[in-house]
Order: sequence, then structure tokens, then C-alpha cells
Amino acid sequence: MTLAAALAHAPVAATGEQGFLSPTGVEIAFLLVGLATFGAAVVTVTSKQLVHAALWLVVALGGIAVEYLLLTAEFIAWVQVLIYVGSVVVLLLFGLMLTKAPIGRSPDADSGNRWAALAVAVAAAAALVWVVVDAFRTTWIDLDGPAQGSTRVSGEIIFRHWVLPFEALSVLLLAALVGAIVLSRRNAKDPEGKR
Amino acid sequence: MNDALDVALRLLVVFAVFLVFPLLIGQTEHKVMAHMQGRVGPMYAGGFHGWAQLVADGVKFAQKEDVVPAGADRRIFQLAPAVALLPYLLVLVAIPIGPGEGAVGQVIDAGIFFVLAVMGVGVLGSLMAGWASANKFSLLGGLRTAAQLLAYELPMLLAAASVAMAAGTVSLVGILDAFEWWWLPWQIVGALVFFVAGLAELQRPPFDMPVADSEIIFGAYTEYTGLRFALFLLAEYAGIVILCGLTAVLFLGGWHGPFGADGLGWVWTLLKTAVLAFIVIWLRVSYPRMREDQLQKLAWTTLVPLALAQIALTGVVKVVIQS
Repeated sequence: MTLAAALAHAPVAATGEQGFLSPTGVEIAFLLVGLATFGAAVVTVTSKQLVHAALWLVVALGGIAVEYLLLTAEFIAWVQVLIYVGSVVVLLLFGLMLTKAPIGRSPDADSGNRWAALAVAVAAAAALVWVVVDAFRTTWIDLDGPAQGSTRVSGEIIFRHWVLPFEALSVLLLAALVGAIVLSRRNAKDPEGKR
Repeated sequence: MNDALDVALRLLVVFAVFLVFPLLIGQTEHKVMAHMQGRVGPMYAGGFHGWAQLVADGVKFAQKEDVVPAGADRRIFQLAPAVALLPYLLVLVAIPIGPGEGAVGQVIDAGIFFVLAVMGVGVLGSLMAGWASANKFSLLGGLRTAAQLLAYELPMLLAAASVAMAAGTVSLVGILDAFEWWWLPWQIVGALVFFVAGLAELQRPPFDMPVADSEIIFGAYTEYTGLRFALFLLAEYAGIVILCGLTAVLFLGGWHGPFGADGLGWVWTLLKTAVLAFIVIWLRVSYPRMREDQLQKLAWTTLVPLALAQIALTGVVKVVIQS
């Protein structure tokens, strides 16, 4: 797309001289998209209108996909859109429609646990930011070279270096699948819950 | 050529295709349906066999009042048609119609994923329309749309994955470069699954339960009038162009043909796309609408196992020919 094209031709600061004081166009774009994503995420959790919250979630997830694109991780970006925007949000909206989410404000959209939730969110965010900053402290992506996040590269890294976490995740998903089947079949044995 | 000019030119061509091809298919549908049903179809607009009927329709739509129901969620209601239509425009950029990098809007490394991901986003438009209309028929239509998407997205992805395995790449251009004629019988099951699942995702008959006019008026689009309604219709026909183009590129070899692949590759792509579009229209005339439970059953008990079998077959053949 044009974005990818813009990425390919974007000016890059001379290697070894990168700093926070002379940001390139891509870095500024990254920051702005990050702010927009953050804003959308905040609206998602504070909005009193359920379906609006779900749609703001689309914006937040899409923003993350754009961030992946800017980091040259094209494959991850499209998978993000495919799985989260295309499936998870559709499932969410499906659920909201089944519960007849009203148009306008939902009076019970507030939870008494909001402060606990905020504490957990801040702690999780702090841990993630710390890990990422610690891991990539001085790493800069060379935008001029071959794409470092292409499908081939991502595949090789996942299946050569990260096979064990990958397999563990598949076991986790399998467990979730089995759990879902068990939960949805429980009513069948219950004589009173017969539909 | 100048880079910026090149990009602008490509986008312009893609945009023109996006505006013209859906209308061509719509007009063909008018005429083909009519002749299959023993009628002549539109004959007056524009003179020669009613060629300008859709132009006249467009003028009519533009003149109509744009009504937003009083109880509707205004902004989402008005935004929905754009969300339904724009993804198809983006997808069109990635579909190659000829050999080489000159015949595709933009070469995308993870082409299959890009195309399927962005197509999935279009369904959000129907869901937004269904919910924001504040109409129970619209809501039912939205629900059915979501259920249908969830059921058919999986077989579509699996069928596309089979081709990616065969070619060893997920780039649409790369897949066409690797194509051999014997892929046609090898991937035929995947092609059928992909095409059927794509039809269901576009809500074309016989999978038009979400807009079943005899039950729920017009599903998620019931409350729409004028240009916004026209945009939803345009999205449906743009979807047909995309689905047929993608099926041609992924399974039928795109610009490969018995002869003339160098200079006339784009003719082959367009020809295959047109034949597939004709089949889409033909199916609409031939089959009655499927019931909701039949729809779900077809997806989960027929298409998903078939797609998995195709992937297994692809894997086996791939290993055999490589050893």
C-alpha cells in the first residue's frame, strides 16, 4: 500500500547518530499513531456506550497494526488485523447484539472494581514497558536494508528459535477449546436445563 | 518515471477499476438474470440494450433524501457504509492482473493475509449498520451477518493457506510466479471451498440469509436510503469483483494462459474473473436461499473438513515432489 511505499522511501537518519532530539518522519508518525491508539484505548474503557466501546477497540487494535507496519513487521500487522479486528471484535459485537446492547448510555456500564482494574492495568503496563525497554534499549531498525519483519523472517524466527513457546501456546489454545466444549455441553446432561 | 507520479497513477487506475467494474457486473447481472428468466431486462436507458441503466439508478439514488431514523445512533449509522465499502478499495490495490511488478497496484509481502484481513474488516460496516439502525429487522440481519462471517472465515483462510503452502510464499505475486497448470486439479477442492466461503461472506444468494427480504426486509440495510444505500450495494458488487479476482489469482493461475502470457496476461486474468462473476450471477438465479441452520451446517461439517483435507493433500504432494 501507499503506507508501505512511504515507508520504503522514508528518509533515515545516518546510522550511529540516532537520538531523541532529531526524530525522523517515521519516528514522529510512530509517536502520533501511538498517542491515537492510547487515546482510543482510554475511550474504550471509559465509554458508557457498550457498542461504541467495541468500535473504539477496533481503532485501538488498528492503531497497533499500524505501529507494527511502521516497525516493518508487515506479517504481524496483517495477522493482527485478521485475528483481532476481523474475528475477535466481530465476536464481541455478536455477543453485544445478542444481549440487545441499547443505543445510548448503559447505566450499569460502570464497575465497582474500577480502581482495582486501574491498579492491575498500570502494573501490567509498567511491567511490559520495562521489559520492552530493557530488551531493545539501543536497537534501531534499519529501514533501508531488506525488510526485517517479512513473512519469511518471522516464520524462520518462530519455528527455529521460539518453537517451544509456540507449541506451549497451541496447548493453551487447545485447552481453551476443550474447556469451551465442556462448558457448552454441561446443560445437556442437566435434566432441568433441557431446552 | 517519477516515484510519486508512479504511485499516483497506480492509485488512479485502481480507483477507476473500483468504480467501473462493479457497475459492469451489476449491469451484466441485470441482463443475464433477465435472459435466464425469459425476460429482456433493462432496454431503454442509454438506448442500446439499456446499457446506462445503472447510471440512471445512480442518479436516482443521489436525488433521494438521506434519512437517518430518529432513534438511530447517528454517527455510527452514517459511518457504516464507508466502513463497508473502503476495505474493498484497499484490497484491489494488492491484486496482480499481469506478470511483473508493473501490473499490480502495490506488491505486498504478506499479500494473502492483507487481502483476507482487510476483507474481514468490511463486515464491520454491516454490523455497525445493523446495530445503529435501532430496528429489530436490522439487528437480526446484523446478527446473521456476524454468525455467517464467523462460520465462513475459517474455511476461506484454510483454503488460501493450502495455496500458500503449494507456492511456498504468501505473496500474491509470488504465488502466480510459482503457478503450474497441474495445480488446477491439485487445488480444485480448495478452490471450491474458497469460492463458496467467499460467496457466503459477501452474502450473495444462496447465502443471503442476512438480507432475506421475505423475512427481515433487507437485514442490516433496511433503514438506509439514497446514496448510503447505494454505497452498500456498490460494496456488494465490489466484493464480487474482489472475490472472483482473488479466486482467479489464487487457484486459476491469474495471468497464466495456454498462450500469450507475456503480453496478454491481463486479458487472461480479466477473462477468468469475468467467467467467475458470471457463475456468481448464475448461482443467484438457480438456487433458493439456504436456511440459517443449513448455512452453519454447510460451513462447519462440509467446508472446514474439506479445507483441512485439501491442506493435508497439499502437504503430502509437496513433500513427495520435493524428495
